Amino acid sequence: MSRISYRQALQDALRSEMLRDDDVFLIGEEIGLFEGSYKITAGMLDEFGPKRVRDTPIAEEGFTGAAIGAAMLGLRPVVEIMTINFSLLALDQIVNHAAKIYGMFGGQTRVPLVIRTPGGGGQQLGATHSQNIELYYAFVPGMKVVAPSTPADAKALMLAAIRDDDPVLVLENLALYNTVGEVPDDDEPAEIGRAAVTRAGTDITVVAYSRMATVALEVAERLAEEGIDVEVVDLRSLRPLDRDTVIASVRKTNCAVVLEDDWLTYGIGAEIAATISDGAFDWLDAPVRRVAMAEVPLPYAKPLETAALPSADDAVTAIRETLDAVARRH
Amino acid sequence: MIDILMPRLSDTMTEGAIAAWHKKPGDAVAPGDVLVEIETDKALMEQEAYEAGVLAEILVAEGENVAIGTPIARLDDGSGEDAPVAAAAPAAPAPQAASASTSAPASASPERRPASPLVRKIARERGLDLATIPGTGPGGRIVRADLDAVPVAPAVDPVRTQEQPPADAPAPAPAPAPADRIPFDGIRRAIASRLTESATTVPTFTVTASADVGGLLGLRAELNAAAGDGTRISVNDLLVRAVALALRQHPGVNASYSAADGGATLLHRRVNVGIAVASPAGLVVPVVPDADRASVSTISAVARRLVEKAADRTLSAAELADGTFTVSNLGMHGVEHFTAIINPPQGAILAVGAARDELALLDGEIVSRTRMRLTITADHRIIDGALAAQFLATLVSLLEHPLRVIA
Repeated sequence: MSRISYRQALQDALRSEMLRDDDVFLIGEEIGLFEGSYKITAGMLDEFGPKRVRDTPIAEEGFTGAAIGAAMLGLRPVVEIMTINFSLLALDQIVNHAAKIYGMFGGQTRVPLVIRTPGGGGQQLGATHSQNIELYYAFVPGMKVVAPSTPADAKALMLAAIRDDDPVLVLENLALYNTVGEVPDDDEPAEIGRAAVTRAGTDITVVAYSRMATVALEVAERLAEEGIDVEVVDLRSLRPLDRDTVIASVRKTNCAVVLEDDWLTYGIGAEIAATISDGAFDWLDAPVRRVAMAEVPLPYAKPLETAALPSADDAVTAIRETLDAVARRH
Repeated sequence: MIDILMPRLSDTMTEGAIAAWHKKPGDAVAPGDVLVEIETDKALMEQEAYEAGVLAEILVAEGENVAIGTPIARLDDGSGEDAPVAAAAPAAPAPQAASASTSAPASASPERRPASPLVRKIARERGLDLATIPGTGPGGRIVRADLDAVPVAPAVDPVRTQEQPPADAPAPAPAPAPADRIPFDGIRRAIASRLTESATTVPTFTVTASADVGGLLGLRAELNAAAGDGTRISVNDLLVRAVALALRQHPGVNASYSAADGGATLLHRRVNVGIAVASPAGLVVPVVPDADRASVSTISAVARRLVEKAADRTLSAAELADGTFTVSNLGMHGVEHFTAIINPPQGAILAVGAARDELALLDGEIVSRTRMRLTITADHRIIDGALAAQFLATLVSLLEHPLRVIA
């Protein structure tokens, strides 16, 4: 075990896969000489050379398409898209090529592609650079989308993504890069599609992923001081979605709140609420509540940006109100 | 339609009463408009509207008391859309403006009671008839907690036990003497339930000491004469300050009992002294925060403002929250001494009697002394008799050396 940052954990995973498998290479904007906008690929160009650490023009559709082609012919490309916002320029390549080629062409070739990209608002980057649009990719059959919230998961899920034979989008998060945690020193990949109960509890289930999974734990600790016992489910993977873990938790606690950094309407929380309704309807003692971002383009001004993003206080309110509704008053 | 729910206005609030509606059905409502005044266990508070619309229906009349989360009114926002995040989306269709009749519920089948899916499942398993079970959730929804009160197998016929006394029942008791019934308001109800909880669950003991307060009264007269601008320090202000200093010296008294994890003493880092005030509505205990760090003149100003607000019933929840110890002073009524009931979750309360002239023996001489009796009631789970005695000794010493109180 080592105590390292989420950023370092990602870099460790990339590096050990590059050392383990010569077919793995990195491609993206500013990842070589500049070492990546968020320094995930620091030192990689020096260590592995320009053939395996490829700087590209500002042309997401072009380099994502090139990576898909390389993957089809046997390499294992890891694409960095500077933030998830710019993935929109490569949407057709991801949705119509990476996700569909294996199924559409009779299984002739797999597409072992990884797209690494951070989401997340709260950095005053304005409405077009602050989005949480992982849902667009989690929506598409043929894609896998993982969303680590801890340094340990960042490493284990990145290892799993690179070794997976299907296209995997690894959702990183700007607000998590500097967070620190215990990370195993070995290179044991996670199982993609498995959620984790990161805190066991009996009173209410809080479902979250990425940054909000860390907010969920913070809120759980706060409420524990008042005797409220919160169970936290960190989804870790948005597709495939581990519905069983969510359902088992709600069958135990009988109520749930979903925290998400994306917009409310049609969001991940809506899918979780539907999952709970399908699998735990007869165990529900209160309606499922969702805490999400205000339905506006994220404002630039700091007070407005803060107000629009879901907070720990918003989560506490929703949890209290849900527990009030089942008359377990605290 | 948006359901407006009884809000949670303080951490200890479990129910609230509608004191007054400021809007009536048909009135337009803008965000920020005061909709309703709500009386909680602590204070009277105004509740503003968060959404624009027209007040469609008042569901809880003035004077009625409901649990938090209960819909108290419906707002027609004119959009026809479901309320977004918070609303507990009622299944019933919104009544159109035409019908204002009150008798029939909106639901077509009167036997269909709102109940959570979990409750319906348990009811099927246990063979319970939901029609007989009162629901305490939002909108009267039956929630699991409501089933906990219901026996698994009905042992008695509830109709029979209610309506038919056994054949050998004694003759009915004679009618009680006539009395005028004054229904409890929220504050009275809170006093009744909190003090019942305190007196029935907390093992207490009392310790009394008396202080010679001649010097203290003299100092107070000097301070008030020197101020000259009409500001007057009361004996109670000096007492609050002295108590705060004594609490700082004996943190074990500035404490609360916690049952969690096998029990614990919670030592409070701040010294917030509650002062028991007889308000028109009954006993309230506003709090002088950080009284150990405030000067007597500051305590005096804060206390005066709190007492005025108590008289107007305008104390905010914050002004009533987070007390760590209470001083109850009946000295102004000439009471010699008394005992008080602990204000939970605090660990102790001090009951203060009047300063009275008494004869005392000093070096064999009979002299006149002004003495005040101080009685602490303490929670024996966390405070032992010796600690209470040491606290009182510190307090008496401070009161008898009053310059240390204002130093």
